[in-house]
Amino acid sequence: MKKILQKWLPPFLMLVMALWFFGKLQTPKDRDFAFSEFGQLPTVANGRVKPMDSVARNALLEIREKQTLNLEPWKAWNEHPRIISATEWLANMMMNPAVCDDYPVFRVDNPDLISLLKLPEKGGQSDGKHFSWNQFQPALADFDKQNEHVQKIEAANRTAYENAVAKMHQRLSLYARLRNTLQPADARDWPAQLTAYEQLIPAGVAAAQAQQAGKEYDKTTFNTFIGYVQQFQFMSNLEPPLILPPNGAREWRRMGDALLDAPHANGVVIDDSIHAYAKMAGALATDQPEQFNAALRDFRSQLEASQPKALAKARAEVFFNQMEPFYNAMVIYILAGLLACFSWFNLSEVLRRSSTWLLALAFVIHTIGLVYRMVLEGRPPVTNLYSSAIFIGWGAVLLGLILEKFYKNGIGVVVASVIGFITLIIAHHLALEGDTMEMMRAVLDSNFWLTVHVITVTVGYVGTFLSGFLGLIYVLRGFFTKTLDAATGKALARMIYGIVCFATLFSFIGTVTGGIWADQSWGRFWGWDPKENGALIIVLWNALILHLRWGGVVRERGLVNCAIFGNIVTAWSWFGVNMLGIGLHSYGFTEAAFFWLVLFVVSQLIFIALGLLPAKWWQSFKMRAA
Amino acid sequence: MLIKKIVDFFVSLKLTVVLLAFAIVLVFVGTIAQADEGLYGAQAHYFKQWIVVGAHFFGHKIPLLLPGGYLIGTLLLVNLITTHIYRFEFSTKKLGIQLAHAGVIVLLVGQLSTDMLSRELQMHFVEGDTRNYSDSATEYELVFQSGDVLTAIPEKSLKPGGALTTEKTGLPFTIQVKQNWHNSDLSFRAPMMQNAPPLTANGIAASFDFQKLEDVKAMDQRNVPTAVLEFVTPAGSLGTWVASDWAGDATLVTAVRNGYAQMGTGMAQKIGTLLVAPQAIQVGGKKFSFTIRPTRVMHPFSLTLLKATHTTYPGTDIPKDFRSRVRIDNAQTGEKQREVEISMNHPLRYGGYTYYQYQMDAGQVAEQAGRTPSSVLSVVRNPSWLTPYVGCAMVGVGLIIQFLYHLIGFVTKQKTK
Repeated sequence: MKKILQKWLPPFLMLVMALWFFGKLQTPKDRDFAFSEFGQLPTVANGRVKPMDSVARNALLEIREKQTLNLEPWKAWNEHPRIISATEWLANMMMNPAVCDDYPVFRVDNPDLISLLKLPEKGGQSDGKHFSWNQFQPALADFDKQNEHVQKIEAANRTAYENAVAKMHQRLSLYARLRNTLQPADARDWPAQLTAYEQLIPAGVAAAQAQQAGKEYDKTTFNTFIGYVQQFQFMSNLEPPLILPPNGAREWRRMGDALLDAPHANGVVIDDSIHAYAKMAGALATDQPEQFNAALRDFRSQLEASQPKALAKARAEVFFNQMEPFYNAMVIYILAGLLACFSWFNLSEVLRRSSTWLLALAFVIHTIGLVYRMVLEGRPPVTNLYSSAIFIGWGAVLLGLILEKFYKNGIGVVVASVIGFITLIIAHHLALEGDTMEMMRAVLDSNFWLTVHVITVTVGYVGTFLSGFLGLIYVLRGFFTKTLDAATGKALARMIYGIVCFATLFSFIGTVTGGIWADQSWGRFWGWDPKENGALIIVLWNALILHLRWGGVVRERGLVNCAIFGNIVTAWSWFGVNMLGIGLHSYGFTEAAFFWLVLFVVSQLIFIALGLLPAKWWQSFKMRAA
Repeated sequence: MLIKKIVDFFVSLKLTVVLLAFAIVLVFVGTIAQADEGLYGAQAHYFKQWIVVGAHFFGHKIPLLLPGGYLIGTLLLVNLITTHIYRFEFSTKKLGIQLAHAGVIVLLVGQLSTDMLSRELQMHFVEGDTRNYSDSATEYELVFQSGDVLTAIPEKSLKPGGALTTEKTGLPFTIQVKQNWHNSDLSFRAPMMQNAPPLTANGIAASFDFQKLEDVKAMDQRNVPTAVLEFVTPAGSLGTWVASDWAGDATLVTAVRNGYAQMGTGMAQKIGTLLVAPQAIQVGGKKFSFTIRPTRVMHPFSLTLLKATHTTYPGTDIPKDFRSRVRIDNAQTGEKQREVEISMNHPLRYGGYTYYQYQMDAGQVAEQAGRTPSSVLSVVRNPSWLTPYVGCAMVGVGLIIQFLYHLIGFVTKQKTK
């Protein structure tokens, strides 16, 4: 019985978690309005075709730092607050904005900003953190004044409060943009208004032409017509997503632009899609789910005929959004890491094997996510800081699994799950900045070099981090526990040495191919640009470790400490240089990231200091001496 | 004995370790300092330097003495080469490591020769222009033209207070350098305004004021030199004149004209005309017109910009593509009317030079402002451009051989266990 348990528990555990993951793939059922189908409609934002669902999730992430909207944030989770999906929120933002203006959708953390905006404190119908558009209105004039001042300060020199103001400004603009995507935000009955505009066009154009020519014209017609034009211009100037699909020679268009283009030499030209959206808007605003769903179905069948590719791509992306592969993998990494840690203390082989199986499952989910993203984007896996985090985690887990296969001592699993978890957390926070599948700027638009240079240099990061985290395990287990016996210590040092060799190879080739890319695209191999220098330091540091080792200057513990320092070097190259805000490569700056980077560096220095303490203070070495 | 000591010093692994450590510190310090000194400043101060004295660190000056990039590079090279000669042995065990180190030698030598031999130029043109020369991005020249004869004097040799005599220049007059500002600004001397007296009443100085500026730091900016010169013949002085790159460089003239656009199109046009009004002196019956301009390198062929395209992703300002369509005409080889596209990541290699898409003023922005689309190509001559490819391949292959050798040993050992 015990034997059977030992044999079958690990795969059984994996199966349970796999079922948990598949359970989450189910599309949530709509109650009355078919919002999840609305979420699959294609649109163009940030320069690419994406589903409404992604627009909605990205917007909520930017405004609220969550992908769903809690309408009653003051309630605890066990009081069942009402939570709506991102698309339901977006559909209302676009077609029924008046309702949304009372939703507590803006997250505000900065206390100075809260008091500036005179926002309510915690208690009653407020949690003191989430506020609605309407709650901002009274103090908006004060905010605008503050914002005007802040916009003049360079981003790098802003205080926490000024940053909060700038961020709030961005959030409010995004909100205003979304409300004006499909109809003017203050339209009470959009379908009727649209019809009125259509009918007015011939007379309106005549009046405007007469006014231009200095002739007699109908003042009421002219003013109403100009009122419409100004409204649509305002919509278009906010640069909302381009929701109208290509029609004939026309590419994707903004609603405002299309309405402005409606007057034509031979009458009025209004796309079918404009009417289709207006129908949906009318049905949603008057709470008629059947009509909404019917209009939506009609529009989708139109799209199936005219835009099958865009529709298919949008649906695929919605599925990816629902799958949340990186979040789910992260949860399983935590489980796997914990099980493997426990296995060191009671030395249970079942626990270790269970952790390996779980790690493998998480790795498969991680891989599915990575590949799915590549297919959606049509790009190699690393295109920006976000995807580099995803990829570093993936690579480290793969190497960790390989180490585990050879050594079977849980170390590979722990190091893999820790790096997997941390990198996915980092990725999660980077995703708050907006669309993670951003378009590549002209100079970076080369799949060949993105593969050859970016992937190799990122694999170099993977290796350096992996050896560094192996070093951390050595110090933690050796110093604080008695579990680091001579054989384990030796095995760890061997792993570190092997991985450093691996990292040297990849970081070197990655760095030099980066130079070659630079030579190909702007004619100089090496320009001492910060990002190049960061990569060079990794190469030099790894080479230095190898030479120290070959020369016998460092032995087991020296190697471990050097490897931990490699963590600092790599973190510097990955994030630090971006914060210098100079150079051709710098593509990201986040102040919170700076705090975490400093914290990480300090923590690594503490570990190195521990690693340097004499052997008599190490639990494991005391054990061995005894 | 002494020779052995010297050799021992240069082949020691300790030297390698120390040099690598210094290299890491130098690269780190040199990167941080870029925030204060700019990319070019930091390159000159830390990397293209033998000894580094003092450094900028997050806005503070710190006392520091470090070996510079040249010193570290040279010592590493000597260290590598001597070790290679001294310790060379032909065995499968050492093959990979020796190949890798030979590759590093190729890279270092290649970078050293690039540093000495490469030349970075630029070619500016608007659609329809034909160019048979490129401009230097960092060097300037004072040119005199008399009929077909052109005399170019490097701007660097214009030392304030110095004089350039006929023996040096071959010109029938002496140039006395009163001022030479490596970077300068200009402003129009609007009539009816409270102007200070002009630098001199001759030529463009009557209409424009010139001021000295600090040298630029940022990578995408450049200096605009201006010099105040007096021309003296044995018969007497021909007066004091201002020669400036502001007048000698078509793109700058356009920039000045655009800068005064708020004074009205007519006025801006007039200012532009005043700026390019030819300045000339008469000596011995010959007319010499002169100006300062970026140093020119002539090509035995010409490029014509046919079309400059700048596209963005739909509904955004994110640049998607920059592309120049050019025509090559080469009288020497008889090649005529060959059309090529130069775009980001797709340079043109021709006649020993490589042409890269650098800057562009085209697409919607230029269209709305009513400007003719224009393009700037970066033109690079680098005879050792292939060395990184070779060096990288050698190191890569070398390291792979070496690590595979170890890995296979490790795996077989693990299996037999």
